[in-house]
Amino acid sequence: MNFPILSILILLPMVGVALIMMLNRENQWVIKGTAMAVALLEFAVSLPLWFWFNSNTAEMQFVERYSWVPSYGISYYVGIDGISLLLVLLTTFITPICVLACWEDVQDRVKEFMICLLFLQTGMIGVFVSLDLFLFYVFWEVMLIPMYLLIGVWGNPARRIYAAVKFFIYTMVGSLLMLVAILVLYFYNAKVTGEYTFDLLKMYGLNIPFAMQFWMFLAFGLAFAIKVPMFPVHTWLPDAHTEAPTVGSVILAAVLLKMGTYGFIRFNMPLFPEAAWYFVPLFSILAVIGIIYGALVSLVQVDLKRLVAFSSVSHLGFVMLGLFSYTMAGVQGGIIQMINHGLSTGALFLIVGMIYERRHTRMIADFGGISKVMPVFAAIFMIVTLSSIGLPGLNGFVGEFLILLGAFKANKVYAIFAATGVIFAAAYMLWMFQRVMFGVVTNEKNKNLKDLSLREVAVLLPVLLFIVWIGVYPNTFLDKTKASTANFVAYMEKAKATKVAAADVIMKGDLR
Amino acid sequence: MSIDIPTICLTNIGPLITLSIAGLLLLLFDAFSGKAIKKAHFHQFSLVAVGIALLQTAWLWNRQTTDFSRMLYIDNFSFFFYVIFLLGTGISIILSVHYLENYQKNYGEYYSLMIFAAVGMMLMAAGGNLVIIFLGVEILSIPIYILSGLFREDLKSNEAALKYLLLGAFSSAFLLFGIAMLYGGTNTFYLADLAAFIKKNGMNGFTYVGMGLLIVGFGFKVSMAPFHMWTPDVYEGAPTSITAFMSVGTKAAAFAAFLRVFFEVFPSVRMEWDLLLWVAAVATMTVGNITALAQTNIKRMLAYSSIAHAGYIMVGLIAGNQLGATGILYYLLAYTLMNLGAFGVVIAVARKKDSYLNIYDYSGLAYQYPGLAAIMSVFLFSLVGMPPTAGFIGKFYIFSAAVQAGYIWLVIFAVINSLISVYYYLRITVIMYMKPAEAELGPVATTPVVNATLIISALAVLLLGIFPGAIFTLAMNSVKIFGS
Repeated sequence: MNFPILSILILLPMVGVALIMMLNRENQWVIKGTAMAVALLEFAVSLPLWFWFNSNTAEMQFVERYSWVPSYGISYYVGIDGISLLLVLLTTFITPICVLACWEDVQDRVKEFMICLLFLQTGMIGVFVSLDLFLFYVFWEVMLIPMYLLIGVWGNPARRIYAAVKFFIYTMVGSLLMLVAILVLYFYNAKVTGEYTFDLLKMYGLNIPFAMQFWMFLAFGLAFAIKVPMFPVHTWLPDAHTEAPTVGSVILAAVLLKMGTYGFIRFNMPLFPEAAWYFVPLFSILAVIGIIYGALVSLVQVDLKRLVAFSSVSHLGFVMLGLFSYTMAGVQGGIIQMINHGLSTGALFLIVGMIYERRHTRMIADFGGISKVMPVFAAIFMIVTLSSIGLPGLNGFVGEFLILLGAFKANKVYAIFAATGVIFAAAYMLWMFQRVMFGVVTNEKNKNLKDLSLREVAVLLPVLLFIVWIGVYPNTFLDKTKASTANFVAYMEKAKATKVAAADVIMKGDLR
Repeated sequence: MSIDIPTICLTNIGPLITLSIAGLLLLLFDAFSGKAIKKAHFHQFSLVAVGIALLQTAWLWNRQTTDFSRMLYIDNFSFFFYVIFLLGTGISIILSVHYLENYQKNYGEYYSLMIFAAVGMMLMAAGGNLVIIFLGVEILSIPIYILSGLFREDLKSNEAALKYLLLGAFSSAFLLFGIAMLYGGTNTFYLADLAAFIKKNGMNGFTYVGMGLLIVGFGFKVSMAPFHMWTPDVYEGAPTSITAFMSVGTKAAAFAAFLRVFFEVFPSVRMEWDLLLWVAAVATMTVGNITALAQTNIKRMLAYSSIAHAGYIMVGLIAGNQLGATGILYYLLAYTLMNLGAFGVVIAVARKKDSYLNIYDYSGLAYQYPGLAAIMSVFLFSLVGMPPTAGFIGKFYIFSAAVQAGYIWLVIFAVINSLISVYYYLRITVIMYMKPAEAELGPVATTPVVNATLIISALAVLLLGIFPGAIFTLAMNSVKIFGS
């Protein structure tokens, strides 16, 4: 296949950025239209990935490789496998929805907003398709700037700057240590193989001493754990989510958080498999704490957006638990749950955004009885809520079920504790729904709310389609991930044997 | 007794000759021109001189030789630094014009002194003999002492000049004493002979003391902690255009000499100086960054940040390998572009008589001047070290050199410091983009030439960040002289 789809996906938004830069800022419709056209075209370009993707192999596909800084072994090396395919598609799918969603929401500096959005898309796609550590790092960092601006410029005036700076600095803490680890890995690889390269696939087979793996896993792991976000380093997330504009929250939830989990499965685990086994208890416990803690905190939120934000901590805990089970079901569930969370939490943020546009408040206490006033809104909100809870027949169930299955196989205790998270999820989501939508309309201002416009329905409908599709027939999607997952699980199993020996080293205190 | 008349080739010092003549001519024009030559032409004349020097430099590419009885190295290392110096001088001249006119100080000698300073820098980079290097230091420093005090009526400018003069003299004394010690220990001023002597006989008491004193001397010039105290006051008090020039030019020149001397003369005793520099580098970064956090005057903030950048560059020096040297060269080029660019924006925003130097004066800049704010952001993100900018690649090279040499902790300290720097650089973008303008900003006047310079610098910063290969290879070739 000679058609460079992935490069087009990376470059097309930049072309859009260049186009929009040349437009007159007065012509808001033209700017929005251009952004929409670019985003749709991008989605169209990404579709062949789905159809031409060969599900029977774990090999990288659609690979493109050009030398970038040859003297340093840096190359522009992109490709996707079953793990990244769905995430790339999720990104291209969610972006046009975002553009449509902010059609009326964003009035101020539309031009810059669209530039940031498209620039962000380049970064996100780049992260998911990079197979060169240097390239990956560049995209990983680049994507910080537009997101920082989205939160800081278009966010909620009261605390947006605090949230933006917090987001930026948290992410930088992790990524700078990751940079050091990347360099250490690079020179270690050069020392062992004699070849200076940042090629990720070549480093997979590297036999790194355990003591080194230990530190490297932590260095990479911190960067990704902050992004996920895992329990003790999650505190940037509620602020960023709450203060960001609707579209910012959607992208943050749908795609940016996945970079963390994706980082674990693409980089951390295969690069340092023995350490990955060694750290299973730590990360699993943190994941379980995240699940329960996120759910409990959601329960007491008075702000809708903050509630959804904390539910993310809980959902992503499930993903991490699934990935760290190293079982077929767990990992596949983790991958599909990444998509699910992107869809349902993305949709939840959209919904909260829509009601915020009408009432300019997000406090649960300000609502009540909305379902009478806005029936269409109520129906859609209900479906998304149930999907987030994990009702059978909707997407959330598939992911959580597979994850729990895998986790149960790996360690029953974690699974049992994690399963309580499902119950809590039902509690906080349904209670929230009840307070917002049911009962009598107590607040005068809520009496005359307009139901969803056609545009808003058009924003949510595609998401609903996939929520139901994944729920009813997940195999369409699971099949794509099967080969890569199987390969990953086999790889991890192989590493397990050596892990036992490595653990002994720790006991003897040989570790510096 | 026969007298050897050494064969010399004047084209080898072509750029130096051009600049020296141009500097002298400028002084004469200024004195005798009267109304015949308008003052406006001085900067054009100096730019032409810099341009010619640049062309002559291009001709020097790839000539591995020495000249003037081994007094000067004519090699790619000098070449690379010539380019940095000329670039820095050229951009500084462009940024100066409007600024000086506002103060009605558009004198001929200003440009003349700047050009002489550039000659001094070149001598420092090319010197093959400690005396030449010292000569370079002085030719560089004396014009800068004068230029810092250009605004005679301004107390701060006076303070800057005096402070720089006193501490500069102090550092020169250290340098000179170190040179004397080395001469005492080895009987030679030539770097090559010094290297040969030390390789053969090892170090002795004199050379150790000499080496230590050299570190102190150079440390002053690169503003290495604990010899950085002069930097913020001088940078704040000096005319902004001079601060810009000084922050990149002096630093690059001092690092050129530092690099050449230590990589050529003392590589065999690396273990003895690297621990010293390790501590100094970490201290430099930390002091610079932590103090920059608390600054509200943008010149002062950039002054402290320049101390921090000296710390990062020292990481490459400590790495002590070819990659480290390459990284330093790359970083200095990137730093020249990004720091001069940032100062260019500062000059533009400060306007008449530096009335807007507080960081909160930037609030709302992005609303009124989106272009200027965007360019400033590029420079700031590059100073932070975010991809895809030159600053990131520079840091990447330097840090990777240190990792290669096994200084992992040093790199961890360096990245933690980069993290601290994120906060204060980011604060400027926060103020520009996210704070509403507190008062009407008023017109920010820039000339088309300044605009073009800033845009080109910003593009260059991005381009170097996205396609670092060519310059990297160039820098790599430039440090081949250091063997190992």
